[in-house]
Amino acid sequence: MTDRLEDALRRGASAEHVAAGTTRRLSARIAQEGLADISYTPVDSPFGPLLAAATKRGLVRLAFPEEDVDSVLERLARRISPRIVEAPAPLEPVQRELEEYFSGARRGFELSLDWSLIGPFGRRVLRATAEIPYGGVLSYGEVAADAGSPRGSRAAGNALGSNPIPIVIPCHRVVRTGGGIGGYGGGLDRKRWLLELEGAFPGGPPSA
Amino acid sequence: MTGELPPFQRFLDAHRDVVWRFLVSSVGPIEAEDCFQETFIAALRAYPRLRADSNPRAWVLTIAHRKSLDAHRARARRATPVEDPAAADGRSASALSAPERDETLWSAVDELPARQRSAVVLRYVADLPHREIAATIGCSEEAARRSLHEGLSKLRKVVSA
Repeated sequence: MTDRLEDALRRGASAEHVAAGTTRRLSARIAQEGLADISYTPVDSPFGPLLAAATKRGLVRLAFPEEDVDSVLERLARRISPRIVEAPAPLEPVQRELEEYFSGARRGFELSLDWSLIGPFGRRVLRATAEIPYGGVLSYGEVAADAGSPRGSRAAGNALGSNPIPIVIPCHRVVRTGGGIGGYGGGLDRKRWLLELEGAFPGGPPSA
Repeated sequence: MTGELPPFQRFLDAHRDVVWRFLVSSVGPIEAEDCFQETFIAALRAYPRLRADSNPRAWVLTIAHRKSLDAHRARARRATPVEDPAAADGRSASALSAPERDETLWSAVDELPARQRSAVVLRYVADLPHREIAATIGCSEEAARRSLHEGLSKLRKVVSA
């Protein structure tokens, strides 16, 4: 049975949706009081919006635009914590340093990183990768050797391919021994673009 | 283990509107702002303990219900003499985005005993079935039906008057 009273009650005392300002104040407060275990926000890049996620320890994930946001977040929820909130403020340094890097004004990142998505072998490989200077490259074999596994260039390639923080951990600086560009999780065009930005190949980057 | 809980942001996206409608209808738009923040801050703190197979909407409305009771208690403690309840709790028409809002009705809802008010708002504004209303306000399903019935009868007298 419906009547006028019930209809009036159903309309509620407010509009359908909570105001944007109210939710903005909520996420600002969550960020300010450090209540989220992971904050995330889209950050601009020449490749389109990257999804950046950080824990209190530091940047934990940087995802390319074609990666599905929900699956990235769900994986973070499973692996680290479901207390995940969208908030730009904690990621301002990430946004700033990436902007400087993409404009050619920055050659190294000073961001603190959270390595907790990376296994023990991957950590050795990616720490060795993080040592490759701007404008330089190493081969998969050389990175494997630096990581303490001289015969592990294939395994090193796998670890590089699952780098959760590309660009900042510069896995694009690892190429093939014969001069080939190798692989890249974000696509070879982006790898070439990044190497060109850094001036790694004065005569133009190799094709394959 | 956190099980398969969705990221908190998705939980917030899914339930913020129903929590907002519940709170505005229970405590008015001015106090709803604070209650809304308090509800989701409390939910965020407790979130990892939420079981993945429980009902997240009933869970967050339970928290919102408690925050609305706190707001009503705080208001009672302030004990301002209330000549115009609509003005006293900040329900001035200008603060509302729904111009057709019925001041008489919502003042009457505001003055219902806590359990009746919550039952009415959960039933009609949040569109919960009786079983979830009972779980949210912490009573039996029969008690929830009774509170709803009593609340509606009181409102009917006011509205038809």
